[in-house]
Amino acid sequence: MRHLFRRILFYILAIWISVTLNFFIPRLAPGNPAEAMLTRLERRGPISPATQKALEAAFGVNTTDSLWLQYGKYLNNLLHGNFGISYIEYPTPVITIIGQNIVWTLILGAVAVIISFALGCLLGVIMAWKRGSFVDTFLAPAMTFLSAIPYFWLALIILYVFGFTLNWFPFSDGYDTSLDVGWNSAFIFSAVYHAILPALTIVLSSIAGWLLVMRNTMITTLSEDYVLMANAKGLTKGRVMFFYAARNAILPNITGFALALGTIVGGQLLTEIVFSYPGIGFSLLQAVQGQDYPLLQAIFLFIALAVLGANFLADLAFVALDPRVRQERSA
Amino acid sequence: MNTSSSQFSQGSNSTAKQIKQDNPLTPEREMVRALRRPWYERAGRGAQVVWHESTKNKKVAIGLIIVLFFILVAAFGPLFVHTDPNLLSMDAQAAPSAAHPLGTTALGQDIFKQLVVGTRSSIFWGFLTGIAVTIISILVGLVGGYFGGAVDEFLSLLTNVFLVLPALPLAIVLASYFPRGPQTVAAVIIVTSWSWGARVLRAQTLSMRSREFVSSAKSNGETIWRIIFFEIFPNEISIVAANFVSTTLYVILASASLEFLGLGDPNGISWGAMFYWAQKDNALISGLWWWFVPPGICIAVLGAGLSLINFGIDEIADPRLRQEKIPKLVREKKVIA
Repeated sequence: MRHLFRRILFYILAIWISVTLNFFIPRLAPGNPAEAMLTRLERRGPISPATQKALEAAFGVNTTDSLWLQYGKYLNNLLHGNFGISYIEYPTPVITIIGQNIVWTLILGAVAVIISFALGCLLGVIMAWKRGSFVDTFLAPAMTFLSAIPYFWLALIILYVFGFTLNWFPFSDGYDTSLDVGWNSAFIFSAVYHAILPALTIVLSSIAGWLLVMRNTMITTLSEDYVLMANAKGLTKGRVMFFYAARNAILPNITGFALALGTIVGGQLLTEIVFSYPGIGFSLLQAVQGQDYPLLQAIFLFIALAVLGANFLADLAFVALDPRVRQERSA
Repeated sequence: MNTSSSQFSQGSNSTAKQIKQDNPLTPEREMVRALRRPWYERAGRGAQVVWHESTKNKKVAIGLIIVLFFILVAAFGPLFVHTDPNLLSMDAQAAPSAAHPLGTTALGQDIFKQLVVGTRSSIFWGFLTGIAVTIISILVGLVGGYFGGAVDEFLSLLTNVFLVLPALPLAIVLASYFPRGPQTVAAVIIVTSWSWGARVLRAQTLSMRSREFVSSAKSNGETIWRIIFFEIFPNEISIVAANFVSTTLYVILASASLEFLGLGDPNGISWGAMFYWAQKDNALISGLWWWFVPPGICIAVLGAGLSLINFGIDEIADPRLRQEKIPKLVREKKVIA
């Protein structure tokens, strides 16, 4: 319990740091980019006092408040779900844009990460078990090559081959735009159909990491005494493989989840951009190109929250898998 | 990686001890004699050892050849490109041919020339940023691990927070506030990616701190900084090397991603900038595969070379990972002799 409590405290701290980073980055940037944004907004038409106030709180333009007062206002705004007004889709609140897009990103990301993690660990176990066989000698170098490919490039290639040349899959969007959005079978089918190529890209790009770590830890674990003992007891192969060796070998992969997930999410954003998928990544591209700082910052905050949440789940899984952590000493 | 490399060093210690017992004076004499040699001879000997170790492992050898090839292209390739690679021509959207080995862009720029010139920028900034990230991880990891207490608590908390924060999105947010250019890309990658190496090195330093050579250095009255960077650091050099290689791979991928988003120098030539323009000018829909395929292959091959080096280092450090060969029958007499 103490371990879990410490982890929860840690995540609260991490959330606070990402929020604070978000507050200070625009204030440290040269030439106050937010002021430039305000000028551009003013050129378009009158700005409502509410928008003005939100911009003041978020970026510290045209304000006489002290830094701490600004910080307090900023935190207060965040707690009330007030992330500011988007510049490129003025005057839509940022939270509305993100609310529309994040569902797509979350579902696509969760499904792809689960598939790649499960498949990667399984293949890693098999490769280590059949050490030196064709599967092992062929897959290991292939995966090395795959892990070095940038996500967006793989996305471009997959889209070019299956979307453009073969015409098997749709070229862009998250669903058939002629259909109504809703829980009917036609829409769900088209959403799944559109998600196959992006998901394939994410799975292919991220699987190598899980697989190679799993294979190497598994090889080390297989030479442990307790595996020899399990074999000597005459347990079935599957039982030794999964309940004795794999259960121990999977721990580094779960610890490495934090680093991997951050990278995968980054890669997923780029993949969405290539596929014109209606997720957060596409909003991110628009925000970068239109220098829409409120949208950009809110996107980062939401991604950080999602990643921290997923990491917390991984921590829970770690506690469930490793009895040593449960006993007392916090790792 | 930690445990494996410490096992490795323990292993070599024990063999050293064995030699000592057999022949008590030789190793010291050897060392004193070696230290008296001029520096260039020692450096040459060191290079010889590195060469021997790296060619013995096939993965490291292949990886080194690949990386060396790209470094050579980066250093000398642009010397053979006499015209401006951004020069527009009437020969737009041309498929690969004898005149344009890799075809031309939508604006008629020669892609092969762009690729060669872009290699320099990508390799230069990739390795420079990789070095900078490694230096920061060394500083944070070694200082935290050695001092312990409040300093360590603070540094490892910071490390862990940066470890869980999504690095690429943070880098994107940071970069969008600063002027576009390779310096910005390098700076934001440095800020967002030092934590992994710092954590690995801290753990290793923690286990080194209580070793005998550290306490003997302490009782000799060496300063703390000398102990950290001249006593402990040389013992972690293999981890630092592995860390540098994987960091550089990450940096090259991350900077290509940032440039792809248009956060790099729009007029510069690099692999990432080529992706940016290919995407912007709809290379995909026009079917110009020769525009975005070559830079990707360069990144993938270079990246594979870097990971091969890393796996090789892992294998050198942990003998259990080495590919087992069917042992040849060895005559017993030979083993004894």
